Amino acid sequence: MLNLVLQRLGLGVLTLFAASILIFIGTEILPGDLASAILQNSATPESLAKLRLDLGLDRPAILRFFDWLFGVLHGDFGHSLANGRDVLTEIAPRFANTMFLAAYAAIVAVPLAIGLGLLAAIRQGGVFDRLVNVFTLMTISVPEYFLAYLLIKYVAVDLGWFPSLANVTPETSFIDRLYYAFLPMVTLVLVIVAHMMRMTRASVLSVMASPYIEMAILKGLRKSRIVVRHALPNALAPIISVVALNLAYLIVGVVIVETVFVYPGLGQLMVDEVSKHDVPVVQACGLIFAATFILLNMTADILAILSNPRLRQPR
Amino acid sequence: MSELDYWNGRLLKGAVSRREFMGRAAALGASTLAISTMLASADARADETPKKGGVLRLGLGGGSTTDSIDVTSYNDSVMIDTGHGLFDGIVEWGQDGRPHPDLAESFEPANGAKDWIFNLRKGIKFSNGQEFTADDAIYSLNLHRGDTKSGGASTFKPVTDIKKLDKYQIQISLNGPDADLPYALTDYHVGIVPDGFKDWAKPVGTGAFSLDKFDPGVRISLKKTRDYWKPDRGWLDGIEVTVINDSSARLNALISGQIDAINRVDHKAVALLSKSPKLQIVRASGGWHAVMAMQCDKAPYDNPDIRMALKLATDREQILKALFSGYGTVGNDHPIPPNDPYFNKELPQRKYDPDKAAAAFKKAGLTDPKILLQASDAAFNGAVDEGALLQASASKAGIKVDLKKEPADGFWDNVWLKGAFVSSYWGGRAAATQMLSVAYAGSAPWNETHWNNEKFEKLLADARGETDEAKRKPYIWEMQAMLNEQGGAIIPVFKDWLDAHLDKVGGHTPHGGFDMDNGYIMQKAWLKS
Repeated sequence: MLNLVLQRLGLGVLTLFAASILIFIGTEILPGDLASAILQNSATPESLAKLRLDLGLDRPAILRFFDWLFGVLHGDFGHSLANGRDVLTEIAPRFANTMFLAAYAAIVAVPLAIGLGLLAAIRQGGVFDRLVNVFTLMTISVPEYFLAYLLIKYVAVDLGWFPSLANVTPETSFIDRLYYAFLPMVTLVLVIVAHMMRMTRASVLSVMASPYIEMAILKGLRKSRIVVRHALPNALAPIISVVALNLAYLIVGVVIVETVFVYPGLGQLMVDEVSKHDVPVVQACGLIFAATFILLNMTADILAILSNPRLRQPR
Repeated sequence: MSELDYWNGRLLKGAVSRREFMGRAAALGASTLAISTMLASADARADETPKKGGVLRLGLGGGSTTDSIDVTSYNDSVMIDTGHGLFDGIVEWGQDGRPHPDLAESFEPANGAKDWIFNLRKGIKFSNGQEFTADDAIYSLNLHRGDTKSGGASTFKPVTDIKKLDKYQIQISLNGPDADLPYALTDYHVGIVPDGFKDWAKPVGTGAFSLDKFDPGVRISLKKTRDYWKPDRGWLDGIEVTVINDSSARLNALISGQIDAINRVDHKAVALLSKSPKLQIVRASGGWHAVMAMQCDKAPYDNPDIRMALKLATDREQILKALFSGYGTVGNDHPIPPNDPYFNKELPQRKYDPDKAAAAFKKAGLTDPKILLQASDAAFNGAVDEGALLQASASKAGIKVDLKKEPADGFWDNVWLKGAFVSSYWGGRAAATQMLSVAYAGSAPWNETHWNNEKFEKLLADARGETDEAKRKPYIWEMQAMLNEQGGAIIPVFKDWLDAHLDKVGGHTPHGGFDMDNGYIMQKAWLKS
């Protein structure tokens, strides 16, 4: 098991390296550069040249990449080219915000989705099953910004229960954070519940067709007990991987929700910095996102192996 | 003056309470109606008299995580507004469209407007306690000169020297006469800092406020730490700026009362908002205009008939309605807005005329000229749609226009000034001659239409050198007529600035220069109780 984890971590580092090269090439391919993005239509050839010189953009791309890599290997993520602030101090509060919102949404969404999925499986074909299916399909089919605007219109503006601006600051207390981030959280929950719930329902139901479940039914066990105790453990592996996928989405894919609710998270930062070609910050954000995917996928695999002893023995 | 008038006067000054006034007035035999009328007028007046105190919450679009307090880096609303809260300029662009004294208390031309003398205010202190003098002014202006990365560099290009005459007097010398130099110095990049100042993370200025927190692209908070030297400005105790780049989010924050004032109201929402009783729309017609720039020296646009055909084939009314919901005015193919004192009122407004356009196109005598408009929403939001509208209206005149959507990234660097027919925009300039010099002088680096006309150059030089306003007018009118008739710029629309604020905000007035009172909202605004 330890070997497996170490092996996966090693591969993860290689993947990160590859990702950083891809991100760098990506930002280089984009037309324009930081200097032109900052000065826009108030650029004169002289001020552009001076700014490029100040930012070190006159040096070849390959040198800039290895400089950056050298810094990172020494724990120095560099400084934002645009405002000179240390990349880590720039990112840290944003990252904390992103993780907070992701955790907030996950804590509500994962139990809710699995619970609904199990209930739907137990009541397969019943009214509840159909209602849940239809409702979650609706929420996943509507674009997230539209859900967000609906929530703002009815819950924030008309009823005035929750604020439409989730502009949390480092001084905001935990309880206030829960309050401010409530609508973004609900939006995210609505977006991800369907996927996890349907996977739970489908994989439980597929296990329900196996002979040992028939045995359990014949033994006279209650349906709920069969589903929770006998079917669920064997249906866990696909559910875990779908949950991991959705958790990753909560961290890396929420830029639209952040924008609509003015929530200062990483996605918003990355979009800003990509449009300005501020490479060190883009790289750092990209690495965080890539690492999130790698770690979550690894965790999902390990949990899947733990939940299914058959996977522990390589064939 | 009767006893009642005396007490009414006291009431208006706020020297007696409402309760006391009612008692006195009733004792003097005034009717209930008279008393309530006097009270109401006192309330209305109190609403208009600026009050000290309170924290204003602004929700502003136009901010980014890459923002910096460095004045040379300003390019959008959030930092422009913040800059005016922290720093003062030399000259302010007043609401009447004229230059007003700021840190310079007076200014006059010398040597036929080739030199300008600025007399600086005495006894103004920076936030670090140091007194403001000529050295500080010179240092701050020089930030935008020579080897600089400043966005204000072009403003200072004609400046050849800035020298100190005495402790409170400086002289700015130019490479040619410019009667409008004070207008140029109203540029928002000009913020005065102490001589040698470099640490922008801890700004030192003469402004109304000091920096409290700065989280670029997220929020900025300023607080008042001392009395402002301008007696009629700087009422607030503090300002909280929340950067809200999404226009619906900005509106929602205002409607739900989490924010007191916002900029850039979505024009589609204005009609809806104006029905709301608790907020006000601030609408200012200004100099911002959309441009479709044809380079006059490149085929087929070197043919004046092609230029005229395309101008006639532009449906201005439709563009104004479709892209700006009518909040603006149609343009007349020259860059001077109708509210400018030098606007040529006698020039007939060009209208969409497919027949005349077709005739001009035929007169050009070109078989299948390739007309390709390069448009990008980097120019302004809607530039691509503007191109599509031109394409449609031109096709009715039998003119085929191809539209190429350019990526927003690097648009200003790679496409603008390089393509022969490109969408762009200009923010207004304070002075007509400034606008004409910056974009239409033959040698100007931003001459996007490659307009180079000897007669025009002469008129421009004459206008800049002439300090008598009556004598300059014909020059500037003539230049507008020339651009309208022969120039390479299609200017369909001048856009209005649209801000909004809750009823409790006072002092947020319209200004044609830029949104949020030309960026002076922090100095001017106050809160009603």
